[in-house]
Amino acid sequence: MKFTLGWLKEHLETDATLDALLDKLTLIGLEVEEVFDPANALAPFTVGEVLKAERHPDADKLQVCQVKTADGTVQVVCGAPNARDGLKGVFAPPGTYVPGIDMELKVAKIRGVESHGMLLSERELEISDEHKGIIELDAAAEVGAPVAGLLGLDDPVIEIAITPNRPDCLGVRGIARDLAAAGMGTLKDDPVKPVSGTFDCPVAVELEFDADTADACPAFSGRLVKGVKNGPSPDWLQNRLKAIGLRPINALADITNYIAYDRGRPLHVYDADKLAGAVRARMAKTGEEFLALDGDTYKVDETMCVIADDSGVLGLGGIIGGESSGCSDETVNVFIESAYFDPIRIAATGRKLNLMSDARYRFERGVDPAFVVPGIEYAMQMVLDLCGGEASNVTVAGTPPEEARIIEFDTSEVMRLTGVELAQSEMKEALVALGFWLSGHGPAYKVSIPTWRPDVSQPADLVEEIIRIVGVDQIDPAPIARVDGVARPVLTTAQKRARMARRLLAGRGLVEAVTWSFIPRDTAEAFGGGRDVLELANPISSDLSSMRPSLLPGLAAAAQRNHDRGFADAALFEIGQAYRGDAPEDQYFAAAGVRSGTATLNGAGRHWSGAGRPADLFDVKADALAVLDAMGYAASAQAARSAPAWFHPGRSGVLQLGPQTVLAHFGELHPRVLDRLGIDGPVAAFEIFLDALPEPKRSSRTRPALDVTDLQLVRRDFAFLVDHGVAAGDLLRAARGAEKTLISDVTLFDVFTGQGVPEGKKSLAIEVTLSPREKTLTDAEIDAVSDKVVSAVTKATGGELRA
Amino acid sequence: MTTTNFEQLEKELLEAVAAAGDLVTLEDVRVTALGKKGRISELMKGLGGLEPDERKAVGQAVNGLKTRVSDALSARKDMLHEAELSQRLANEQADITLPPREGPLSEGRIHPVSQVMDEITEIFADMGFAIAEGPDIETDYHNFGALNIPDEHPARQEHDTFYFNEREDGSRLVLRTHTSPVQIRTMENNDPPVRVIAPGRVYRCDSDQTHTPMFHQVEGLVIDEVTHMGHLKWVVDAFCRAFFEVDEVKMRFRASHFPFTEPSMEVDVGYAKVGDEVRIGEGDDWLEILGCGMVHPNVLRNVGYDPARVQGFAFGMGIDRLAMLKYGMPDLRPFFGADLRWLKHYGFGVLDVPTLARGMSS
Repeated sequence: MKFTLGWLKEHLETDATLDALLDKLTLIGLEVEEVFDPANALAPFTVGEVLKAERHPDADKLQVCQVKTADGTVQVVCGAPNARDGLKGVFAPPGTYVPGIDMELKVAKIRGVESHGMLLSERELEISDEHKGIIELDAAAEVGAPVAGLLGLDDPVIEIAITPNRPDCLGVRGIARDLAAAGMGTLKDDPVKPVSGTFDCPVAVELEFDADTADACPAFSGRLVKGVKNGPSPDWLQNRLKAIGLRPINALADITNYIAYDRGRPLHVYDADKLAGAVRARMAKTGEEFLALDGDTYKVDETMCVIADDSGVLGLGGIIGGESSGCSDETVNVFIESAYFDPIRIAATGRKLNLMSDARYRFERGVDPAFVVPGIEYAMQMVLDLCGGEASNVTVAGTPPEEARIIEFDTSEVMRLTGVELAQSEMKEALVALGFWLSGHGPAYKVSIPTWRPDVSQPADLVEEIIRIVGVDQIDPAPIARVDGVARPVLTTAQKRARMARRLLAGRGLVEAVTWSFIPRDTAEAFGGGRDVLELANPISSDLSSMRPSLLPGLAAAAQRNHDRGFADAALFEIGQAYRGDAPEDQYFAAAGVRSGTATLNGAGRHWSGAGRPADLFDVKADALAVLDAMGYAASAQAARSAPAWFHPGRSGVLQLGPQTVLAHFGELHPRVLDRLGIDGPVAAFEIFLDALPEPKRSSRTRPALDVTDLQLVRRDFAFLVDHGVAAGDLLRAARGAEKTLISDVTLFDVFTGQGVPEGKKSLAIEVTLSPREKTLTDAEIDAVSDKVVSAVTKATGGELRA
Repeated sequence: MTTTNFEQLEKELLEAVAAAGDLVTLEDVRVTALGKKGRISELMKGLGGLEPDERKAVGQAVNGLKTRVSDALSARKDMLHEAELSQRLANEQADITLPPREGPLSEGRIHPVSQVMDEITEIFADMGFAIAEGPDIETDYHNFGALNIPDEHPARQEHDTFYFNEREDGSRLVLRTHTSPVQIRTMENNDPPVRVIAPGRVYRCDSDQTHTPMFHQVEGLVIDEVTHMGHLKWVVDAFCRAFFEVDEVKMRFRASHFPFTEPSMEVDVGYAKVGDEVRIGEGDDWLEILGCGMVHPNVLRNVGYDPARVQGFAFGMGIDRLAMLKYGMPDLRPFFGADLRWLKHYGFGVLDVPTLARGMSS
């Protein structure tokens, strides 16, 4: 909402400075967004008087003027035909930037005669397109004075943000009322008076609604003016409209725009000679359409309220008028409309047609229902003043919804909700100044709400009005109650796990990314998603249309973008949500990562100490296990070959507590999926389902006693020949289980195929560590354990000890 | 053996010791002299066959000889050892300017959004706020209706909502446009008192230099029987001082409007721009950082609370924006671009864990 200081002062009697007004506006909820003072831009330009104007010796169309300025008399060469002795004009000295010619002035010789500055036209000053001659100021203007005021261009323009609850402040008078209430002056008397007509309005006004649509337009008033003379509106009106960014059209249109901004009251004017029969407000019929004043044709339907006559739809009530009945400079007889439209229907219609207008903006927020008739009186007075003519009486159909609204209000609510103790009188004054009526004696009042405040309906709203006007800066900070002693921990298990996983993965050299929750649909499909219910109806682009089924596609695409920038070794992770469906419980929380190129734990890329090797499934298996280990589940998690289809079928797996409790996927992404996404593989990836982890059993903080002996450890190596398909994990489990008390560790230190190993077989070499419990082991005891290891492995894997 | 012979032997042995150029040769000399069948050892064995008087004199001489040769061997051994070590060390000259692998701890980074969430959590945990969470895919009711934003209300237009397709029953789900629905879910599932923050992703159908279709907010909610706007102001002020790590923050509270709070305020912090640096808490310019207010009675009624009995405040602020203000990222969009160069530059080290004891930033 834009207005000028001068405009504001038509409604507000005040001595306050501009800065004080701006600060107050912001404080009371009318946030100042921008202030533009045109006088600042015009500051370098001052009044100069032409003492003598003589023909240039070498040019017929130029004159050499002696100009009296603030800095003495200077010589100026001027081409304007109206330059003459005694003229007072706008002088720009050398060094001044002249906006209309986009140039900084210098002392220059023009056809051999020196010129020290310039006398300007309106176009050169960029205040209009006028360029027939130089500006002629009032003869009384004082030489050297700034010209902004003399040109009527010293009125600062203020732009404020109006929150949706304050339609009353979409008119300058509403803003003035708020400022007056907040102690910035007094609200002047309302200038709107009834204008009597000399004849009955010849245009009939009708409301044609069913019972269930009657509230679409409950009141419609109209009035005719005969014999007007339309044309450009006067300068003061044009200047105001221009100042707030509106384009002057003609007097009739300018009047409706002015009243929309002055009183927040949208009106419409019709050329009465273009109307056929009665003017009716009714719901549109499907198939109807009309050409609007914005040049577009709109198809309307039965949910929309239109204004129509015998010829059909004239316009969309409360949103935009139609071209067929619009006023032009030739208009002689004008029909003025002032109506009340239902905010909800206006909003719905505007949204459906994607049509915004000053009228819609006001009606959908709620205009003052009591100002329907005063609005038409105001318009009538301005039409008579600016265009002449003869007024008809007002005709009104229906009644606006202005039933009395009264709230029981106990002023102790102010203390309860704000903590600020105020005098009864102070609270009462604030409300009264805003237009509320109070009856009763404090602290309990009956408060009547002004018709222009649709936002106020309960005591909390009145508390807001009071504290807003008193000033929220008057609220003193008060400490909240705190627990006795040291603050308690607050995180849930899931939150702790997420934090732990994040620091842990970063500690493994992965860089945390935050990628979009929505991805391209075909990508989602490649990762098991892309269901219709997870597709946005209005995505910002087709690349961001499908809720991600997994964190991996976003990370893989991110790795590729880094690859394209020359960083092929990317280790990225993300901790966040993904979606299996649209219900709250379908959202799951995961920690996922990708490693591309040679981005392994030991470092990526070439290095003098040894080049990095390509990241593979074991790097990401290690990542997943590290996270599970930190959560206490690494030992119980079993690897199984059941990774989903977007993983490489041979180089992937899951970690699970059982088939129903999958904790993580890991492996290389499927080459076909990478191909489909345009990603240069291979990419190793893991995804850990943090919320699949069971809640830990509450255990004692006391650790079990450390159980070690100083007896010599015994280490024995075994190499087994097994079939190629045998899982090393099975062999290790068998070895570990062969003798539970003595075997403390089994590690796999070699996997070999090749010379000496028969086709279809592989050699797995393990080191078994025995920890004696009570005494050093004898050779016989060690041999006995070795035999158990061999037979256990043989039984589990069919393997045999290598000779 | 004569004395001369002893002297001769000693001379020979000591010369051999002195001539030994390495530890292997020296060991040979030791064996020749003191080994089982060494020359001095043989002399010692021969002592047994002598007369007692003679044995004493010769014994002394042999022992003296043995001691001196032993000492010489030992000294020579030390010297050779030292020489060998010096030689080895002279050959063991590494180029200490060779760069080692940096190791994973210095490669990994925490995203600024996560880091700032950790900071926020740390600060509010101290004030007794728990962390609440809710789904991104929300019902229209939780995102709007329960928050006192009716259908077709102009406040909805300001939300640039992402919608899912209409379902058979005519309802349509939305991507939450703010973290406020978590207020509703928290109150629906808990009786007062409530004291939570709810950080998370939010979505708006909007994209330009300062807007991305996804960003992060943190919601705060306190409900009990006494909390008023003074408490709200105190919490906001305490948070800002702790978060921006300054003793005083110049702040401006001004009236505003949100459908779900009444009365409502917006909060600006003062800042000064010095070069490229934004200094929060000083200066004459204002930056809006937060919207807040007393929870609207309609909202309390919607979750089954009695607004005559319980009251409290809610606030919401942009996490990404807080990160930008504190750490100086000029643009929002790269937050979600996963560009390694940006993440390494603006990200945080693994061990850079914000705590009250050490401070929010290192």
